[in-house]
Amino acid sequence: MRTSKIILAASAGLAAALTIAPASAQNLSFSQVERGRYLATVGNCAGCHTDEVNDGERFAGGREMETPFGSIYTPNITFDNETGLGLWTRDDFYRAMNEGIARDGSHLYPAFPYPYFTLMPRQEIDAIYDYLSSIEPVYSETPEPQFPFPLNIRQAVMGWNLLYFEPQEFVPDPEQSDEWNRGRYLVDGPAHCGACHTDKNFAGADIEDEYLRGGVLEDWLAPNIRGGENGGIAHWSEDDIVAFLEGGRNDHTGVMPRMGEVVVLSTQYMETADLEAIAIYLKTLDDEARDPVEQPSEAIMTAGGGIYFDNCAACHASDGTGVPEIFAPLAGSNKVNAEDPITMLRVILEGTLAVPTNDNPGPIGMPAFDWKLTDQQIADLATFLRASWGNSAPAVSEGEVADLRERLEE
Amino acid sequence: MDRPDLAPNTRETRVEKLPSVDVVIIGFGWTGSIMAQQMLEAGLNVVAIERGGWRDTPTDFAPTMAPDELRYYWRHEMFQETARETLTFRNNISQTALPMRKWGSFLPGSGVGGAGVHWNGQTFRFLPSDFVAKTHNEERYGPLPTGMTVQDYGVTYDELEPHFDTFEKLCGISGKAGNINGEIVEGGNPFEGWRSSEYPNPPMEMTFTQHRFEEAARGMGLNPFPGPSANMSRAYTNQHGISLAPCTYCGFCEKFGCGNYSKASPQTTIIPVVMRNPNFTLRTNSEVLHINKHPDGTRATGVTYIDADGRTFEQPAEIVIVAAYQLQSTRLMLLSGIGQPYDPRSGEGVVGKNYTYQVMSSINVFYDEEYTNNFVGAGALGMIVDDYNGDNFDHSGLGFIGGAYIGAWTTNARPIESHPVPEGVPEWGSEWKRSVRQNFLKTASISVHGASMAYRQNYLDLDPTYTDHWGRPLMRMTYDFTVNDRRLTNHITPIAEEIARGMGGREVKVNSREGAYDSVPYQTTHNTGGTIMGQNPSESVVNRYLQSWDCHNVFVMGAGAFPQNAGYNPTDTVAALAYFSADAIRNQYLQNPGPMVQA
Amino acid sequence: MGGRTDLTRRAFLRHTLLAGTVLAGFPTLALAREYRGGHQWPWESGRADVPHYGLETDTFLTIGERQFVDAATARLIPSDDDGPGAREADVVTFIDRQLAGFYGRGQRWYMKGPFPEDVLDTQGYQSEYPPADLYRVSIAAIDEWCAQNRDGRSFADLEEAEQDEILTMIEEEELTVTGVPLATFFSLLHDNAIEGFFADPIYGGNRDMVGWAYVGFPGARYDYRDYIAHNGQAIVMPPVSLMGRPGWTAER
Repeated sequence: MRTSKIILAASAGLAAALTIAPASAQNLSFSQVERGRYLATVGNCAGCHTDEVNDGERFAGGREMETPFGSIYTPNITFDNETGLGLWTRDDFYRAMNEGIARDGSHLYPAFPYPYFTLMPRQEIDAIYDYLSSIEPVYSETPEPQFPFPLNIRQAVMGWNLLYFEPQEFVPDPEQSDEWNRGRYLVDGPAHCGACHTDKNFAGADIEDEYLRGGVLEDWLAPNIRGGENGGIAHWSEDDIVAFLEGGRNDHTGVMPRMGEVVVLSTQYMETADLEAIAIYLKTLDDEARDPVEQPSEAIMTAGGGIYFDNCAACHASDGTGVPEIFAPLAGSNKVNAEDPITMLRVILEGTLAVPTNDNPGPIGMPAFDWKLTDQQIADLATFLRASWGNSAPAVSEGEVADLRERLEE
Repeated sequence: MDRPDLAPNTRETRVEKLPSVDVVIIGFGWTGSIMAQQMLEAGLNVVAIERGGWRDTPTDFAPTMAPDELRYYWRHEMFQETARETLTFRNNISQTALPMRKWGSFLPGSGVGGAGVHWNGQTFRFLPSDFVAKTHNEERYGPLPTGMTVQDYGVTYDELEPHFDTFEKLCGISGKAGNINGEIVEGGNPFEGWRSSEYPNPPMEMTFTQHRFEEAARGMGLNPFPGPSANMSRAYTNQHGISLAPCTYCGFCEKFGCGNYSKASPQTTIIPVVMRNPNFTLRTNSEVLHINKHPDGTRATGVTYIDADGRTFEQPAEIVIVAAYQLQSTRLMLLSGIGQPYDPRSGEGVVGKNYTYQVMSSINVFYDEEYTNNFVGAGALGMIVDDYNGDNFDHSGLGFIGGAYIGAWTTNARPIESHPVPEGVPEWGSEWKRSVRQNFLKTASISVHGASMAYRQNYLDLDPTYTDHWGRPLMRMTYDFTVNDRRLTNHITPIAEEIARGMGGREVKVNSREGAYDSVPYQTTHNTGGTIMGQNPSESVVNRYLQSWDCHNVFVMGAGAFPQNAGYNPTDTVAALAYFSADAIRNQYLQNPGPMVQA
Repeated sequence: MGGRTDLTRRAFLRHTLLAGTVLAGFPTLALAREYRGGHQWPWESGRADVPHYGLETDTFLTIGERQFVDAATARLIPSDDDGPGAREADVVTFIDRQLAGFYGRGQRWYMKGPFPEDVLDTQGYQSEYPPADLYRVSIAAIDEWCAQNRDGRSFADLEEAEQDEILTMIEEEELTVTGVPLATFFSLLHDNAIEGFFADPIYGGNRDMVGWAYVGFPGARYDYRDYIAHNGQAIVMPPVSLMGRPGWTAER
């Protein structure tokens, strides 16, 4: 892995301060910076713009992101003049957040979630700008993307924008409460939940009908988070949603490493009122009832049940009820009941961790079973789980497990 | 003796000096992690040095791999390897000590969490009278016999009570109080010291064996109560926000790591909060060779350790906390030349003095019809009677002091270890095999957990012949059961037998503790003494705050501090002493570094 | 354009989060290392300290030695009307595999000298031979003794009653051979036979869990909460190994 070259440049800090002083002095008040800090937290800017693997400075970018075409690196968003946003004006920053266009006019990769940030009003984006400008600038060059010649992604993005993107403002629904509208704004705007939880079309743009119904990509499922009737988290109360986002645990699950990063860096620092707003909004999203699935054969249920009792009951309990806040109940789980079983299979194969948060500092892990259970046994176990205790999802085949195992071993 | 030079076996003799830290902790088990948390909370930066590796529940002892009797117990995967360091043993000073080549009588741990990973979780407080054993017994029964070197701890139960309470809440101990602020409470142990509050969790759910034991004990007018247990009777969240899950009675507790977060261990209660603190650093697979003394001899300058690559480092520190297992802590003090080594001939010196153990016996009850199903068990699932422990009964004319608890624990039916057969059955062949089958699921076991009083002739020192992996002298244990031990076990074992006979079985078998102490059969890993605490430097290694009398910035944790051993499992008292010491460091020592008790 | 579809936020997220887990990456061996506080909890997906139970090709014993171990353990744990013994459990394979590994080498044990002759009973194993070597010299000595005292037959060729007699003599130190600690060997063989009868089948013995089934041990299970209140009644459940049981396979 690359070692990023990061230099803490004291003089650069001074230069940056001078550059921006005329434009923002009056707004660089304590309260404005705090407002920006909060919004940057909601948007989890630090998550992508920090190269934690190499002990990089916060917001100094350089985090490597592999793509099928090669690696790209997140940019430095501290206000270093040479390598960061030091020379950017508020207008430049707004255009990037609102339209996905950089200061030099180039198109940003839509990995940067401007299709969501576009809903944010100018004043909020200015606040983020002010906050970032208040941080110690860090000299840190962003390595060039490592794409094979002659791939030119940035031009392709222009075309993508034409098809799938239009800058827009958030429009509140007057029929709904303020809290509901606040929740919807957060979900669709700065928190960009749909980036993972909404399935994408062939071009990678959100499919409207699949809104927050969960999406699978690269062997992970970000589950259905619709909280209304038939939704993936229909059985969660508003308090459950808040507890999950605030502390990474609730009666139904513990946050695993992927969403864990979001909770650890972002949602655990959000105001409870905002988390409640998100919960209120999600709880109004109904979903279509799913077609009943065929009950698996008795032989599979017996084998799967045996595997379950012998291997899983010590934590998840013999009746699948788990231990609230500690071991996820499997009855009703949105990962177990997902159309696509990939996350549950993956967790069985390689284990997982309920990530520690400020409220729940204890890490609780599930072990890997890949060394112990065969593909057929995992398939039968999964099939059993998806047909027990009120769960209802299609059976899993040995081949699905084998394919995933092979991909994970790569 | 002089501090030995650097290990001859190391690949490098160069010592790399590291930046100084506030606190260095030797060993990262129960006391090491408690002291780390306490010192971090005081704002200090802390480095812990652990000779074993990192271990955690889902990766190292998950339910997918934990119930493996051969691997963890019989092949010693949870324990320190004797190949690296062991000790030599003899029964008395006239014999030649020989190395314990493989573990037997006790099982020292290794690795992050220490023996706190593989304990049973039986979590008793010592009695108030145990802390003033000399004063109390002399007042009641007259002078101690010649050769018995029993002493007072220098700290009282009342002083330790809040710290017992802290540890029990850390662990979520399941139990029933018998004495809350002086009020005797029905269902608990009426003999115990006062408690400021009820146990954090209710007692575990008892099984057949405990019901029979309780009935029999009550019938004899005794006072049975649920064993205090670090196996969770329900889900629990401790004062640090760490959650433990309900125990599943799997029967793989002692000698095994717990796979489902249901036994309190450093990993499941306190290490997560320590690891969140940026002022903390843990170095694993690194073994401290010795504590370095300042030339003026009044304080330590830090420690020297060697890592798995054979590289040697000096870690300077303002405070050195010795938190290894009792045997290693004593040896480390001897190797570091801190405190005068004990000489049994003259009775002079202190390091290695008052090594004590425990005298264990047991009774098996065999049933014809009923199944005890011991595989449905847990490390601390049991009913206890304490009527014959400590000074809970009149010892007049008995010729011994101290006592034992009698307990009906159902810990396991791991078949390599636990396949008792009645008296008179041969040890192999068809008759043995049939008897194993007939009794395997139909046996209860009653244990007698006896105290051990210190005597002048039982002690620890450095071996003149055998050396460890690094070429340094092994520690030598000179130990045999004493006249006090024999009288104690001969008095109390028959009482346990009487209870056992009242449990409705076909027959019983008494496993008495007879003959010389034998280092081979497993008895208990409750080795104590060697770095004992006390009221003055002529008879103890550390003062009441576990602070070395010689080097004021060296603090020695663990059961090595016990001047003699009580009739209980030691962990609760070990932990309470650690919290008491931490409190003194935080509230006295840091303000005014120096001896906290004037010699 | 369609070819660029993977360039979505989620594609990146997958990689970034995986990268995040690499942060706390573990060496597979527990070498010395430093864990700094304030970082992510040290954990990595897929890591498991799985049991190592040797390979079928791990053998130490010669054919003759195997015959001895087979015969001797079959006397310690006989196959009889009451149920299976060491032979059904394949104890000899268990022992052979153990002797071929770290156990046989005495690798975890303290094996430095000196090894004095005078040893107290309370001082435990004091042989200079690690287990595998002790088997070798002891079996040779016993077979030699049998050849001389039992008409040239090896131990394995003797009648069962004769074998019992010789094992008893060794156990009670009536049969001794200078320089070979036969009583220590008997004790080790006895321990290993019981291990091979009752250890998890992954180690080669307790084949098909016959030892567990015989005594009623349910095996490598981890949850008996549903059975705490058994109140003296039998609990019937099939034994299970760390690597499963027949019931884990559905008939198709």
